[in-house]
Amino acid sequence: MEHAVETTLTVNGTRVSRRIAPRQHLVDFLRDELGLTGSHIGCEHGVCGACTVRVNGEIVRGCLMLAVQANGCRVDTIEGLSDSGELKALQKAFHEKNALQCGFCTPGMLMAAQDLVVQKKKCSREEIRSHISGNYCRCTGYQAIVDAIEQVLNGQS
Amino acid sequence: MKAPSFAYARPGTLAEAFDLLERHGERARILAGGQSLIPSLNMRLSSPGLLVDITGIPGLSKIEASAGGGLRIGALVTHAQIEKSPDVRKHAPLLAQAAPHIAHPAIRNRGTLGGSLALADPAAEYPACALALNATFIVLSKKGERRVKATEFFKGLFETDLKSAEILAAAEFPAVDKSAFVELARRHGDYAIVGLAAVRTGSQKRFAFLGAGATPVLAVNASKASSLEEARQALEKDLDPPADLYHSSPTKLHLAGVLLERAWNTL
Repeated sequence: MEHAVETTLTVNGTRVSRRIAPRQHLVDFLRDELGLTGSHIGCEHGVCGACTVRVNGEIVRGCLMLAVQANGCRVDTIEGLSDSGELKALQKAFHEKNALQCGFCTPGMLMAAQDLVVQKKKCSREEIRSHISGNYCRCTGYQAIVDAIEQVLNGQS
Repeated sequence: MKAPSFAYARPGTLAEAFDLLERHGERARILAGGQSLIPSLNMRLSSPGLLVDITGIPGLSKIEASAGGGLRIGALVTHAQIEKSPDVRKHAPLLAQAAPHIAHPAIRNRGTLGGSLALADPAAEYPACALALNATFIVLSKKGERRVKATEFFKGLFETDLKSAEILAAAEFPAVDKSAFVELARRHGDYAIVGLAAVRTGSQKRFAFLGAGATPVLAVNASKASSLEEARQALEKDLDPPADLYHSSPTKLHLAGVLLERAWNTL
């Protein structure tokens, strides 16, 4: 019954084909099969946001999507966005504003924040908070994270 | 936690989906956005033998204006699409008002209207909206199409009028003059303590509460009331909200009244 399903997806620009067990979450597939361990696993039921990745350009929870559901999809992870330079401004701002301590939430936080940056609109702090409301940080108290995102959003032309 | 083992099928047509659902009966579950089903698998609260992923079936993701000024929304339309759609804002603004209250952006990108309605979580936003708007659900099976009124659809806790091997394909939302959606939650995106979908057409009002019973609850008496005071009193007859971990039944009833007042003043 639980046969592996032939699945082809594009991860950070590279086409990948694998036979995947239906029960495997997208984030487990990325971490365990492809070695992309930048996407973190926190709660595994869609609450903490540490596993946030992009599927076809939209942020999703890597623990609330089966890897087989990503068949034919374009998946981008923190590794892809970091290597391409897309996250440069946010990474710099996070560094400058001290927007991380232990760093566990940071990949997911950057993915969620970049989702706002690509929409290219100015946001109030309230809107930023609302957008990252699904990403938990247990160290910073969010203030510095919102500072960093605000700097990038309102500094862009 | 990790989900238990199950088989997975992604039919490309409704006919294939009906076949799979019929063949596997109770062991099969329909997977759409999966934003409630997959957590329940992860927590091992559910262990289906087969997931039938309906997202490959064409024709279930449209938002179309329907006769009479209302809107027909396909089951696979996501919360994010509802939130951003100019058509929804124009023809069924209540849904656009409710969508931002559902979880968080990354979840709204995957979760679907049909999934939320078919799951029938009493604390969910859309079931109450459907009740307030007097929506009609389009249910498909091998036998053809069946139309079910929202008032007949929600039968009990996570229980609906859907039979096995039936698929909720769309919902039709009639136009109303004015609508308001309000809810109280401990944190944004958490399950609501209590929420209210309120609409007005002419002098006719309809109030549907979420988080106030085993199903979304249409406040029949409050909807008939001619003054706010009368409506608040009528709520005592309409609602008997179950206590949750943090709020007693009387607290929830009180909060329902608070929401009623907020909505009443904007309708």
